Amino acid sequence: MTSVLTKKNLLILGCILLTFVLVQVLMSVGFITSFHEITLATICINIILAVSLNLVTGFTGQFSLGHAGFMSIGAYVCALIVMRFDSVAGFLVGILAAALAATIVGILIGIPTLRLKGDYLAIATLGMAEIIRVVFLNLEITNGAAGLSGIPRYTNWFWMYLFVVLTIVLINNFIRSSHGRACISIREDEIAAESMGINTTKFKVMAFAIGSFFAGIAGALYASYFYFIKPNTFGFLKSIDILVIVVLGGMGSITGSIIAAVLLALVSTFLQSFTAVRMIFYALVLVIIMIFRPQGLLGTKEITDLFKFRRKNERIE
Amino acid sequence: MEQFLQQVVNGISLGSIYALIALGYTMVYGIIKLINFAHGDVYMIGAFVGFAAITYGKMGFFPALLVAMISCAIIGVVIEKVAYKPLRNSTRIAALITAIGVSLFLEYVMMFFVGAEVRSYPKVLTEKAFHLGSVVINMQQIYIVLTAIALMILLQFIVHKTKTGKAMRAVSIDPDAAQLMGIKVDSTISYTFAIGSAFAGAAGVLVGIYYNSIDPLMGILPGLKAFVAAVFGGIGSIPGAMIGGLTIGTMETFVSGYGNSMYRDAAVFLFLIVILIIKPSGLLGKNTREKV
Repeated sequence: MTSVLTKKNLLILGCILLTFVLVQVLMSVGFITSFHEITLATICINIILAVSLNLVTGFTGQFSLGHAGFMSIGAYVCALIVMRFDSVAGFLVGILAAALAATIVGILIGIPTLRLKGDYLAIATLGMAEIIRVVFLNLEITNGAAGLSGIPRYTNWFWMYLFVVLTIVLINNFIRSSHGRACISIREDEIAAESMGINTTKFKVMAFAIGSFFAGIAGALYASYFYFIKPNTFGFLKSIDILVIVVLGGMGSITGSIIAAVLLALVSTFLQSFTAVRMIFYALVLVIIMIFRPQGLLGTKEITDLFKFRRKNERIE
Repeated sequence: MEQFLQQVVNGISLGSIYALIALGYTMVYGIIKLINFAHGDVYMIGAFVGFAAITYGKMGFFPALLVAMISCAIIGVVIEKVAYKPLRNSTRIAALITAIGVSLFLEYVMMFFVGAEVRSYPKVLTEKAFHLGSVVINMQQIYIVLTAIALMILLQFIVHKTKTGKAMRAVSIDPDAAQLMGIKVDSTISYTFAIGSAFAGAAGVLVGIYYNSIDPLMGILPGLKAFVAAVFGGIGSIPGAMIGGLTIGTMETFVSGYGNSMYRDAAVFLFLIVILIIKPSGLLGKNTREKV
């Protein structure tokens, strides 16, 4: 591969730009109203969260129940910066700082906890997220349980879309790199991976750090879109929300996460006024998926596999 | 010194509630290696059944306790049959996700039917309090500790002296070998769920009486803390769960008594992470070596 400007990459770039322009046009002619825009923002933020959690849980096989904790760090860091430096530059610095802060915490938490396996890891990450929440509840600068309000809004369709595309492209490329294959081998069989000379701790922490990096970005976008954040927004249930998307879409499928994020955002928009019903629906989705289709809607397949499949058939003929 | 003793008294009564919940976690984990996330919600249901029995059924403390325990036992067995049994041979993560699903399901079905508001528990015990020096022990605390002790003795009897208990111990050591010896693994697992859930139900009624308020999401935090207790004591070990429960309860009252009560939940989780890193098998747990 000498040039990145292959036919395939140009095609993908074209599709990305086309989607952006299409939504932008629909927004300017008023087909997508401001009410729909909230759903759109939720979808974008959830895609970033789900794809990054998928890297940790789906591809590396490390079951994390604390993703909302990293999101909250991003949200608070970005909110505090944007509230001081009220400009687009401040917003971008805020996002960067949010992502880095989440990454640093992710690494600090990851190094000790990722030694644990399976359900113990799940509980430990849950505990970590809970500790982060309690700390935000008690800090002076985060305004305790009341939270921060009046955060200037800079997140718009352009920034959201940009970061969604960046997240998907970067994580997709990571998974296809040798590092990514090392992560997948850890999911498949940790002992075998270790005996092949893979430094499992290093790659687990790496996946965890990248996952928290993007969770931080998602939190930053969230804070600057919804004006208002409080610690309880990022509780255990938020982590479950993200997990439901990953599980439904398929652990190990980025396409699946995207489809599930869109699907669940639409469902929860319809069920907005019935919180209990929405959560019952989520619960049933989790149980039924696990019993009848534990690999999720798409399993580990991606949308690009479809084209590969067709080509293989042609060759056979 | 008085404050210290008072915290010890409060800690023991809170701790015996945690111990009752932790027993259910540890028994279920011991037998099918699953963190039964829904256990905290079974405890919540127990509190509500007790509430209904006292308020609408006009029952006293002990009949209400019994009704709650029986209802929870039935619910526990149903959960196991419907949700966990089809997944017995799938991955641990699949089972854990199902357990989270069941937990959410119980919480929000309950919220759908009874509403999200906090209810105050009816007063069923006398308000008498005993003063030992300046340490106050009230009637509720005595009832809680005595009930918990009685139930734990009963559990020790069931596990060590009855045939069912022997079957449970056998299945927890090796389910396949137990089956070859003619033990009905399925019904043994059901018994385990029934006993564990009954204990959670009892804990629900006790906590309702102690804290005087119940709501559909009350099970999440005590459930997690009881899990921490089970891990601390060594998951799978019954005496370990008792020691763990008392430790966590005492620790929590001390953090809120001497430090900042806002940090008491964080302290419990920090404790969990420290244990998992230093001694993941817990106080009385067995070290298992990893085999390829």
